[in-house]
Amino acid sequence: MSDPAGRSGAVGEGVASGRASASGRASAPVTVSVLWDVVPDAPLPALDPLAAEALADLRLDQVVDAVLAGRHNGSTGADLRAVFEHPLDRVAAIEYRQAVCRDLERPEVAAVVRDFRAAMATMRRQLDRARASHYRLEGERWFLDAAATYCRAVAALADGLAGTEPRSEGLRRIATAVTAYRSSTAFRGLAQDIDRALDGLRRLRYRLHISGNRIRVGRDRGEPDYGAEILAAFEKFRQAAAKEYRFDVGRGAMMNHVEAAIVERVARLHPDVFATVDEVLAAHADFVEPTIARFDAEVDFYLAYLEHIDRLRTRGLPFAYPSVDPDGKHLRARDLFDLALADRLAPADGRVVTNDVELAGPERIIVVSGPNQGGKTTLARAIGQLHHLAALGLPVPGRDVEVPLVDQIFTHFERQEEVTSLEGKLERDLRRFRTILERSTSRSLVIMNESFSATSAADALFLNRVMLRTMAGRDMLVVCVTFLDELAALGPAVVSMVAEVDRRDPTIRTYRVVRRPADGRAYATALAEKHGLTYEQVRAALLDRENGHR
Amino acid sequence: MKPRLLHPEQDLPFELELDAIGQALVEDLGLELVFGAMAGGDRRIHEVARAVVLAGSADPAVVRYRQAVFDDCLADPATPRRLYELAGEAIERERRVYGGLWSQHPETILRRSVEVIGQFVDVLRRLRQLAEERRSAVASDGLRTLFELLCRELDEPYLATIEDHLRRLRFDDGIIVTAELGAGNRGANYVLRRRVGRPSWRERLGLADGSTYVYEIPDRDEGGFRALAELTGRGVALAAAAVAASADHVLDFFRLLRDEVAFYIGALNLHARLIELEVPVCRAEPAPRGSLALRAEGLSDAALALRLGGPVVGNDLAADGAELLVVTGANQGGKSTFLRSLGLAQLLMEAGLPVPARSYRAAVTGRVFTHFSREEDETLRRGKLDEELARMRAIVDRVRPGDLVLLNESFSSTNEREGSAIARGVVEALVEGGVRVAYVTHLADLAEGLAAAGRSGTCFLRAERRPDGTRTYRIVPGAPEGSSHGIDVYRRVFGVEGDELALGAPGVPEARAEGWQDALAASGQGEPAG
Repeated sequence: MSDPAGRSGAVGEGVASGRASASGRASAPVTVSVLWDVVPDAPLPALDPLAAEALADLRLDQVVDAVLAGRHNGSTGADLRAVFEHPLDRVAAIEYRQAVCRDLERPEVAAVVRDFRAAMATMRRQLDRARASHYRLEGERWFLDAAATYCRAVAALADGLAGTEPRSEGLRRIATAVTAYRSSTAFRGLAQDIDRALDGLRRLRYRLHISGNRIRVGRDRGEPDYGAEILAAFEKFRQAAAKEYRFDVGRGAMMNHVEAAIVERVARLHPDVFATVDEVLAAHADFVEPTIARFDAEVDFYLAYLEHIDRLRTRGLPFAYPSVDPDGKHLRARDLFDLALADRLAPADGRVVTNDVELAGPERIIVVSGPNQGGKTTLARAIGQLHHLAALGLPVPGRDVEVPLVDQIFTHFERQEEVTSLEGKLERDLRRFRTILERSTSRSLVIMNESFSATSAADALFLNRVMLRTMAGRDMLVVCVTFLDELAALGPAVVSMVAEVDRRDPTIRTYRVVRRPADGRAYATALAEKHGLTYEQVRAALLDRENGHR
Repeated sequence: MKPRLLHPEQDLPFELELDAIGQALVEDLGLELVFGAMAGGDRRIHEVARAVVLAGSADPAVVRYRQAVFDDCLADPATPRRLYELAGEAIERERRVYGGLWSQHPETILRRSVEVIGQFVDVLRRLRQLAEERRSAVASDGLRTLFELLCRELDEPYLATIEDHLRRLRFDDGIIVTAELGAGNRGANYVLRRRVGRPSWRERLGLADGSTYVYEIPDRDEGGFRALAELTGRGVALAAAAVAASADHVLDFFRLLRDEVAFYIGALNLHARLIELEVPVCRAEPAPRGSLALRAEGLSDAALALRLGGPVVGNDLAADGAELLVVTGANQGGKSTFLRSLGLAQLLMEAGLPVPARSYRAAVTGRVFTHFSREEDETLRRGKLDEELARMRAIVDRVRPGDLVLLNESFSSTNEREGSAIARGVVEALVEGGVRVAYVTHLADLAEGLAAAGRSGTCFLRAERRPDGTRTYRIVPGAPEGSSHGIDVYRRVFGVEGDELALGAPGVPEARAEGWQDALAASGQGEPAG
């Protein structure tokens, strides 16, 4: 059986965006997409290694895994993964997607689209059954049912979208296209033919007389319903709340040869019905229209993401549609958080701490310092995630968000891999940074996490200063996580943020990272006190012991 | 279809889980002896008796319902015994039907159910015939309704129809189903059909004709036969479900019938045995709950009689309006026996059973609680106080207004003053809470305190003692005897009359006289009350 998914070529009329072909003739088909305002000619390129590294460092790969987990896609999940990996480079494209996303956040619109996708998934299952059938009569029926499901899905989608009046350009284009397709002669013809064929089959009733090893297949003779008679006869003995006999007579997943023999004989009894079926099948071997299939696959980009973040929204974490600036470098986000971390903490009802960030005026570089495990790297990741997700046209973690449109995001995180010499490690780190500097532009974002730690603090300080100055000179955006407090005071382009600890017990992390000058020494004193090792405590202890000896 | 011999509208559970309170009740009132007398060796009757008596009914109408059925049984004991036999026979026949109990396949289940119902039809017919015979001889609602039900529902035409169905359901000629084409063109909506008219000669020979095609499954085709079994199973599934459910229900009917009749047979046995032991037996009169009715003549402790194998002393009681009964008096005077006879009579009345008395009229209670000493401890200090208190607490946790609590020497495991104080608190709280209490006690402080309080709802009883000191084992109305003996003895010893406690009496040194006076004044002992 040929591939009825209809990926190759459109069936009947192509669907023109906004142009309903009244004549029913195909014009040059312009593909309508809910993802792309301008559909790319070529498929998305493979991800280059540095970009892949960045996604992994920012844990966005985990986020995408979680978003796409368990989604039912007829097209492969791989297609959508590529979409998640490739940020857009035009504000218009971003706004196109944001608008669609907003539409899909309206429950009535989401319901229409989800119902459509569910129906398409059913259709695919039915086509699979058709392909897997051993018996022709079995496979044919599955195929017809799949086509019927498809017709219902298209009609419901057309009606549904029209009824809910989408506001986004993307969904409007789809709505127009689907409406046009639905009224086309090709589609109407398909629907009618399928109906006719199925109707004939559904009306059939036949009679089996089973005795010993013989089955006689004949026409219905209008005999009375014996089961009902028996029920009535024994009615007076029926009482409520007794054991209900429910028989699960095991049925194999596929038609067995006895059933096949029976239906073949039924076909001989009703040749006209089955002739119609054959005709209709021949006429509609490929029935799925490419635009419909494409919409089914692409719209899951939004649905998967929205469903994923909903789990966090119900726990009170905020998401916002950012305004994306193609020219400026202003950054602002309130209540920002690391999406990958939130995903991990959510199932155990863990508390997710949010933070505010801002870069205004000449500010370009955020230096984040403070104690280990205090939330520094988490914040850096959150900032990186923010920019990437914003460029995908999706709602981002946080409130009141403005981001610049960056062209690339680079990460420079510590690598834990091979245990080479420290010298080798430093060299590798520097080479990587050099590549970053070569590839980046003034619209790039670089996230550094404890860079050049494979050398003395003094050297590290020097190296970091050099890199930061270079990048500042190019007006690049940088987040630098470090224990080197001095970096926080490099100049007006630098903003210092510090991970806070609890005043009373410095071993307690608050995970709050706030904008203030680095003061690396302060928490060390409280830590000493807790262990009884402040100067006064040590003196007092020594004196007590002395006195004890006297 | 339900027998409904124990209750006009409900089925009662015959499986009972006894909690600690229930177990105490059985032990304290000697109920096993009573159940044993009812059972007459039949284990099922014993279980049923226990379940019904302990469940009790706080509804006078239900009590009368059962008493009426009992009266019918008493007038004609052969009928309940016949009903019991027939029900037992049906149950036994079902047990003997071989195999198919664990099968899941509709055909197997159908076959078994058909056979079971076949066995039942025979018994049902005889049951109906019995009902026809006896329907005009019974007066109680219970039996009358049951017999009319049997006559109406199991008439001969109906039984004949059932037998006809059972024949058809053997499907000697194979089964006929119609079907439609479902998912994948596989059969769906199977409906079992009944053949109308006779098969054609071609059909009988297994030949095809213009409008039928035949498919034969080859001999060795196991897969094919399995598929066939599946098809047949689908076809008969509905019928199998209906018939199997019916078989279950008829079996349940017989079980219920057997158990409910078992209760009345137990009642007959008890009645006969008590008469044999010359214990007076009567039909009790249930008064509404909370009405505080309590009046009896010749009330006897049936458990004691059963144990002794002979008649026992009965008591008369006129305690209408009493919320609290206080029974005082000498040991071994029959107080505990009296208390037991009260509890027993109450339980038996509420179960609808005959009561061991010449007459008995009492308000129905919800539940009866006992807080007794164990007999061996009666003369010794009873087991730890806290064990007692814990048991009391368990009662307090469950008791509700209208219930009856029987206390036998409670809280005597500590000194009198303390015990009285505890007891007083508990008893007053219970009584004020609407619980009926009967308390057999030694605690003089308690008894006298209650008497002094003079509540109108308190009834004082005493173990009778003749002037010469002998006991009659009767409980009669009477206030608690005070412990005025101390003063009597003093008077005797010091040779004084009346109340004078003269100082400087001959032979008594002054200092000691002062001591006596103070001591007496402090204890507040004056003339005894009542």
